[in-house]
Amino acid sequence: MSEIVIPYRVEPHPLTGVTSGKLGIWLFLASEVMLFGALFSSYVLLRVGSGDSTWPTGVEAGLNVPIGTFNTLVLITSSITMVMSWASLKMGNLGGFKRYLGATIGLGLLFLVVKGFEYAGKFGHGIFPATGWPEASDPSTFYGIYFTLTGLHALHVFLGILVNAWLLIWGVAMWKSEPELFTGRIEISGLYWHFVDLVWIFLFPVLYLL
Amino acid sequence: MSEQVAVSESEAARVREHLKVYVMVFVALAVLTVVTVAISYIHLPTGTAIAVAMVVATVKASLVAGYFMHLLSEERVILWLLLLCAAFLIFLFILPLGTETGNGPLWPL
Repeated sequence: MSEIVIPYRVEPHPLTGVTSGKLGIWLFLASEVMLFGALFSSYVLLRVGSGDSTWPTGVEAGLNVPIGTFNTLVLITSSITMVMSWASLKMGNLGGFKRYLGATIGLGLLFLVVKGFEYAGKFGHGIFPATGWPEASDPSTFYGIYFTLTGLHALHVFLGILVNAWLLIWGVAMWKSEPELFTGRIEISGLYWHFVDLVWIFLFPVLYLL
Repeated sequence: MSEQVAVSESEAARVREHLKVYVMVFVALAVLTVVTVAISYIHLPTGTAIAVAMVVATVKASLVAGYFMHLLSEERVILWLLLLCAAFLIFLFILPLGTETGNGPLWPL
């Protein structure tokens, strides 16, 4: 039985100049831009359509700006540890790679724990996705879109943690047999992780500060 | 037993040169995060506040995409792909302007 070989896993395709994996992840990220873009567009529509009396700023709605700022810094830090883990592999430093990717996973988990406490606080006050903003004269969709956007983002963080954990624990075995392919996989996983950071860079001011 | 695997020395040197840039981008991102929070405490008019926050967020996003995601040195095919994506995204944001909301038409605001 002959083995099926997927072409251009390490060598760039002569037409595109990139590997199949890299083209694939960018196509996926383009679809993710449209997914989050549609929700941001919905946010604008809901906000403009609601009027000031029914649309709170993040602070008015009871969101904690210092906690949100802390989580933003956590995610930004996880982005540099992610790029450092890739750079470590490029420099042939497996130990450095493991430490940096471990830190990235840890920071991702910290982000989710903080987000979990924020959610728990809201649930404790009887605020759920369908509740709206309790102080509004009319029901507000603020918390509907808040939970949708942050929930979808948190799901992305969770999936990123799973992929990175798999690469750190099991995938790393490939380093000895196919180091270039493995380094490429870390780059691809990193592109996804940076995208998740990038989405939060817009989510944070939109939901917490404006 | 050594865990070292043969790596391309020229590529390793290139990456080593970039390490400082990554740290500088990280510092810039952290500073801009503090700046955007600080501005929110000034209580600018809503329109100005939204504009300033989006400009700062776009600068931060560009730093992440340009340096951490290596878009500045990426192949053209990826840039064209993202340009196409951006065109669709702009269309997506323009689309709701034709919508009638509870407050009347969405556009003009």
